Amino acid sequence: MRFIFKTDYDQDIRLFQHGGHVFWYGLLLAFLITAPWLIDEYWLAQMTFVMIYGVVGLGLMLLAGFTGLFSMGHAAFLGVGAYTEAVLTAKGWPFPLSLAMAAGLSAAVGAVVGLPALRVKGIYLGIATLSFGFIVEEGLARWDSVTGGNAGMHVKAINLWGLDTSSNEGFYGVCLVITVLCTLAVMNLLRSPTGRAFVAIRDSEISAQSMGIHLARYKTLSFMISAALAGVGGALYAHKLQFISPDQFNILQSVDLLLLVVIGGLGSIHGAFLGAIFLITMPQLISLGKDFLPAFIGQAPGLQGLVYGLVLIAFVMFEPMGLYGRWLKIRTWFQLFPFYRKGMFKRQKSFQKSDRLK
Amino acid sequence: MSELLLSAHNLSVRFGGVLAVNNVSFDVRRGEVFTLIGPNGAGKTTVFNLISRIYTPTSGHIDFKGKTLTQVPPHAVAGLGIARTFQNIELFEHASVLQNLLIGRHVHNRTGFWSQLLFSRSVHEAELATRRKVEEVIEFLDLQHYRDTLVAGLPYGVRKVVELARALSTEPELLLLDEPSSGLNVEETSDMAFWIQDIQHDLGITVLMVEHDMSLVSKVSDRVLAMNQGEVLALGTPAQVQADAAVIEAYLGGADDAASLRRAA
Repeated sequence: MRFIFKTDYDQDIRLFQHGGHVFWYGLLLAFLITAPWLIDEYWLAQMTFVMIYGVVGLGLMLLAGFTGLFSMGHAAFLGVGAYTEAVLTAKGWPFPLSLAMAAGLSAAVGAVVGLPALRVKGIYLGIATLSFGFIVEEGLARWDSVTGGNAGMHVKAINLWGLDTSSNEGFYGVCLVITVLCTLAVMNLLRSPTGRAFVAIRDSEISAQSMGIHLARYKTLSFMISAALAGVGGALYAHKLQFISPDQFNILQSVDLLLLVVIGGLGSIHGAFLGAIFLITMPQLISLGKDFLPAFIGQAPGLQGLVYGLVLIAFVMFEPMGLYGRWLKIRTWFQLFPFYRKGMFKRQKSFQKSDRLK
Repeated sequence: MSELLLSAHNLSVRFGGVLAVNNVSFDVRRGEVFTLIGPNGAGKTTVFNLISRIYTPTSGHIDFKGKTLTQVPPHAVAGLGIARTFQNIELFEHASVLQNLLIGRHVHNRTGFWSQLLFSRSVHEAELATRRKVEEVIEFLDLQHYRDTLVAGLPYGVRKVVELARALSTEPELLLLDEPSSGLNVEETSDMAFWIQDIQHDLGITVLMVEHDMSLVSKVSDRVLAMNQGEVLALGTPAQVQADAAVIEAYLGGADDAASLRRAA
């Protein structure tokens, strides 16, 4: 068990709280950097997808996990980012500029979608964002002259001033840099006043307001940042698939993203990436498992949906804090061995149960 | 002592057919502890919510330091120097005590969004300064032990103190305490009384509170305003108000009521 002796306020502010963090995250980064030489092309592509979904997940995590606003139409932002990137790349814009535009345009759309969030909460916000998702999907399909309609459009390779990133490895590198930068930015935000204001809004709007937090401004800001990250993810997604069509940004994609943050663990940065890993590896595991199942189950359509549904139900019932919560428990079990108690991570102490059911 | 900090002029609030507050006027002087008392439903908390701009009065207005408070948007009230606690604790449950208090410093934040995104040197310095201020409050209220605990896991009595601490973190000039002793045991209540006196004397903060515990009220209050059914009954020192015939009638009923009860029995 590690006891941290605190002698300086900086110790609570810095990103890496102790040597262990530095070591393990350093090791992770070293692995990610050397991965193109270590693992084969197929897994590298999967890791690229994990990073893309991780960036989108970060955005949704900020919105749902830290500000307490649920968006059921997040794929729409992904779509706005992807199409912006595709159109601008076709016009020959350099990648950093088109990426910034993809993020900016998504953020602008996010600000508009954030407007209902100022008035409605919970399930009503879910419905508002859901319908927004349908509108965008429909818009992408109908706006033939720009988006190519339902036929979709091809996305050119990244234009990075002559640097060749069209290979799998090159694109992986681009994604890695962007993912690390986005993660650092979100972590910075969360340890500054803005991030704390988000948490305050999540936990109690009325006292957030009486602490001087401008609810409308911060909710809109949260929507904008979340949409911008989804836009960045969308832009990378477009380059990765090299072909986009409106049906990639439909409600199923939105549900996948929501699944990502819930299973990853609401309210943790790790959760966004653990959720992304889950989302990417699960189809592989399912197709592996298919061979062991009787044909009438294994070959049945909709098996993936069924498994996702079951996993989601299981998480909501048994592990509301998601994969990251489970990891915390396992880690604590080892740290405290043999003194781990079952109720240590209960959100609510049993003696308060009669107080309020929450 | 005589400078007016807050004054309410002819406040009335109507919720549909209910006149929750009816033509209430009072002044709070800088540096005093001013208490609102009254039976349940007297409109005390409504007056609080008027001051913190959760409600807007149907008629009348409130002045704070010469500014008309009723024209200020709700989120700007804290910036003027008014902090409050809630009757049913409204803390940020899934954050640590320290984070709760840091949120209390929000009104003092001067750093911009982009510099926060990069966590620039100025943001870093501001964070350290914020932390130092918060530590002063932690020390003042003896919360060192709970600094890194999640609020969701704290017992009721401590949450009450944390909420007081969060309000103090905003460095207010006027502190609104909505039933600071509700749900506290005798020992915690007497601690609360000491803290309120310390807040008044050591920090020089004006306190406006709603309270039912009369021993606490008479111990710390300079002046007391008794309300019933949205109207002012009496205003004066705790002893004066407790001796007031109208107040006694509101709490205990008049001699006639007792007489009528006797006949019925």
